Amino acid sequence: MADHSRSPETLLPLPAATFHILMALAEEERHGYAVIQDVEARTRGALRLSAGTVYRSIQRMLEQGLIVESDERPAPELDDERRRYYRITPFGADVARAEAARLSELIRLARARGLAPGRA
Amino acid sequence: MRLHSILHRALLRLYPASFRAEYGDELSRIFAQRRRDASGVFDLLWLWPLEVADVVGNAAAVHWDLLRQDVRYGLRALRRAPGFALSVVLVVGIGVGATTSAFTIADHVLVRPLPFHEPDRLVKLWESPPGYSQMELSPPNYLDWKERARSFEGMAAYSPFSTNLVGQGEPRRLEGVVTSSELLEVLGVSPALGRSFAPEDDDVGAARTVILGFALWQDAFGGDAGVVGRTVLLDGEPHTVLGVMPRGFRFPSREVEYWSALRLDGDTSENASDRDNNWFNVVARLAPGVSLEAAREEMQAIAAQLEREHPVENASTGANVVALQDEVSAQSRLLLLVLAAAAACVLLLACTNLAGVLLARALQRRSELAVRAALGGGRERLVRQLLTESLMLAGAGGAVGVAIAGWAIPSLHRLVPQALPVAELPAIDARVLGLAALVTIATGLGFGVLPAVRAARGSVQGALRDGSRGGVGGRRERLRAALVAFQVGASVALLMTSGLLLRALVRVQSTDPGFETERIVGLRTWLPSPKYDATASRVQFYDRVIEEVRALPGVVEAGYVSFLPMVMGGGIWPVTIEGRPVDAEAPERAALRFATTGYFDAIGIPLLLGRGPQPSDGAESPRAAVVSESFARRYWPDADPIGRRFDLAFQERTVVGVVGDVRTRGLERVAEPQVYLPPAQVPDGGLPFYAPKDLVVRASTDPMALVPAIREIVRAVDPEQPVSDIRPLEDLLAENTAPRRLQASVLGAFAAIALLLATLGLHGLLSLAVSQRRQEIGVRVALGARRADVLAMVAREGALLVLTGMVLGVAGGLVAGRSMRALLAGVATADAAALASSIAIALVISLAGSLLPALRATRVDAAVTIREGS
Repeated sequence: MADHSRSPETLLPLPAATFHILMALAEEERHGYAVIQDVEARTRGALRLSAGTVYRSIQRMLEQGLIVESDERPAPELDDERRRYYRITPFGADVARAEAARLSELIRLARARGLAPGRA
Repeated sequence: MRLHSILHRALLRLYPASFRAEYGDELSRIFAQRRRDASGVFDLLWLWPLEVADVVGNAAAVHWDLLRQDVRYGLRALRRAPGFALSVVLVVGIGVGATTSAFTIADHVLVRPLPFHEPDRLVKLWESPPGYSQMELSPPNYLDWKERARSFEGMAAYSPFSTNLVGQGEPRRLEGVVTSSELLEVLGVSPALGRSFAPEDDDVGAARTVILGFALWQDAFGGDAGVVGRTVLLDGEPHTVLGVMPRGFRFPSREVEYWSALRLDGDTSENASDRDNNWFNVVARLAPGVSLEAAREEMQAIAAQLEREHPVENASTGANVVALQDEVSAQSRLLLLVLAAAAACVLLLACTNLAGVLLARALQRRSELAVRAALGGGRERLVRQLLTESLMLAGAGGAVGVAIAGWAIPSLHRLVPQALPVAELPAIDARVLGLAALVTIATGLGFGVLPAVRAARGSVQGALRDGSRGGVGGRRERLRAALVAFQVGASVALLMTSGLLLRALVRVQSTDPGFETERIVGLRTWLPSPKYDATASRVQFYDRVIEEVRALPGVVEAGYVSFLPMVMGGGIWPVTIEGRPVDAEAPERAALRFATTGYFDAIGIPLLLGRGPQPSDGAESPRAAVVSESFARRYWPDADPIGRRFDLAFQERTVVGVVGDVRTRGLERVAEPQVYLPPAQVPDGGLPFYAPKDLVVRASTDPMALVPAIREIVRAVDPEQPVSDIRPLEDLLAENTAPRRLQASVLGAFAAIALLLATLGLHGLLSLAVSQRRQEIGVRVALGARRADVLAMVAREGALLVLTGMVLGVAGGLVAGRSMRALLAGVATADAAALASSIAIALVISLAGSLLPALRATRVDAAVTIREGS
């Protein structure tokens, strides 16, 4: 379904949940609950995604071609075989990078106005 | 623990099934994990509201995502089948539009309660003298009825009246009523400004008072609230403005612009005391708990009493009580019912057509849908998808329907009788629209979604293997065939009925009205009382105007008459013929008119014997009368009518001439015999209602071009005299048949739509059949079948359907024709011409519908199709 010929910018700005899920999957393949835990840990508890939000986002991200369901299972001792694992696609990585660039450009502009810490 | 997970499973049902199937387990597992992680009872309890909020919010979002996806997919699918989409939208639009407009008008006229307080208690009272079921009351009878009747809470008399308003810009002619003081109370309506009539306003010596209609108040007085209490000049008489009625108040008809007090109490004039002078319309409100029948019985008893007391004037005069709601004439009622029935027929046709198209599409898409089902979309996704598509089509069709209704309703306004106290144009009726939309949507769902689902649920492999051939359920094909036969039948029935109406219209239009219309214009100058009470002053006005109009270049002849034919059908008086016994059961009656010299020539009523009115018929000369042919034939069938005498309108008259008969009551009714009197031969102030007011001008060129010059002449003779009702007589005649013409054309349009739908339906069915039978046809060709055989094979199938439909349609058309006999102006319901032409047209349908598919069948290449199939 996904149309990979699109430029990543067409999906910007990304919903916060989508960006966090992409970041969580950029590191390694994870299942839904692991994504939730990862986001919670990285944001030091500030963002706790709900299960519904994660799976609704996952469904949409699958359709958009940002992620795919992974066939490879992790090492048997780590695997919970009832769970579904997701992997980021190259297109998904492009989109995440584009979003990060968009955000840092935003921060640069904010800094120039003294609205964010650091130097412009 | 188990309870938690059962509850959670139930909560997850808010998600679409496809989403649940995919992620339900994961969601349950995460919820279980959360429960395990929860520390303490409070955390555990707090978990639930959080989860409910999460599921509700996300489920809504997922549903929305799916809807957007389905709409996108649906749009793509429809774009790939634009013919299908367009035809469905049009069919739905036509069905919804036709039904909505026809039912809206019918509802407006026939069903909707009148805009008065408790309208079902309002009735009209009529006298019923011999030969009439409903005649206005004479003032003395009204007063007696009112005094004796116990069935009513209130009773009011009124009479149409029109006056000249002077002093508010251009002099203008106003249509109004004079009414007894109780009218507004009986109707249960109060003025928006000022006060209603009080009983004192009815005294014969009371100051003249008037209540303005909203439109007149806006138009002539600029909506100035200070108008209450002011004095206005109506027919030169000062009237005090008592109040202004609310917008939308119309009574008795929508033309009425003002109401003024009748001032009847204590009136002893001839007009008010003559039991033979019937000019009161009477409206009454039934007392609580009194039925229409009880009131009718009481009034009939009172009428019998009055007959005993006044055996001459009230001979055989009964009473009639009719609900105000039922004041619609039987003909306009039937007209509307036929229209509504035809519209229902169109809706039914549209639905059957839609069903056929959708069934065909479901068959065509069977493989596509099976593929989607096989790809794991699941039945729920498929149903959602088809539902979305059907609703999209229905929505677009509904929008087209509303547009059609919005366009059609104004053009149907002629079907709303003038004489009703309702607005001219109804708004589109939301209930009717909703119902029509519901019916089409139900059809869409029934025939669009269900077969497709059944197809998809059936063996997927089977559907996939069938591939492009598409599996044909024999049963479904028979259903489609039945639908097509039904469509042919309905269109034949519609064709027949519209054919009958058309014949009736032609018959009515070819009726000789008794006067000519070409290059003749009518203008009205209603001379006000008391300014023109003196007969001599009126005659002087007529003479001057006629003389100067005649002198205009291009004018052939001009003359005045009391009322143009068909504008006023009444004015009926009893006649007593010298030497002829009075029959109380069937008194002699005639339509009374005053006519000046030149009138008969101007309007083209032929003079058959003797002479017309002449200037020499002055106030002092013998009372002359010109009578119509039927009058002369009736009373002196074998003798020369000239010089014969009869009594009419208080005086003896002598026949001086005989003219042709005129259909004064319209083309479809034989009118009473007519008597024309010279305008000079009436006492001062006598019969003011009958004073000539319609000027008829015959021109040698376009008569409308003369109107400014004629206006100028009237202004020169009397600057305060308005000129109104300017119209070519052709319009007069056209107006007379307008409802008929409109109805015939609407029904004709419905029949044409039906034909189109039936042709499309037949075409669709045969095309599908041919494409499904390509292999069979190919084999036949290979085995030596000739083109003609193939052609005949397909054509036979079409002909069979058309024949079946035709038999059904002819039967339906005959039944419909019989039930609308009253509209047919004497055309036989089993009219051979209408029948033959309908059948001929139905044959053309079958030809048109089968031609393309049959030709396509003959082009089947045996070698190619057989190879395809293997």
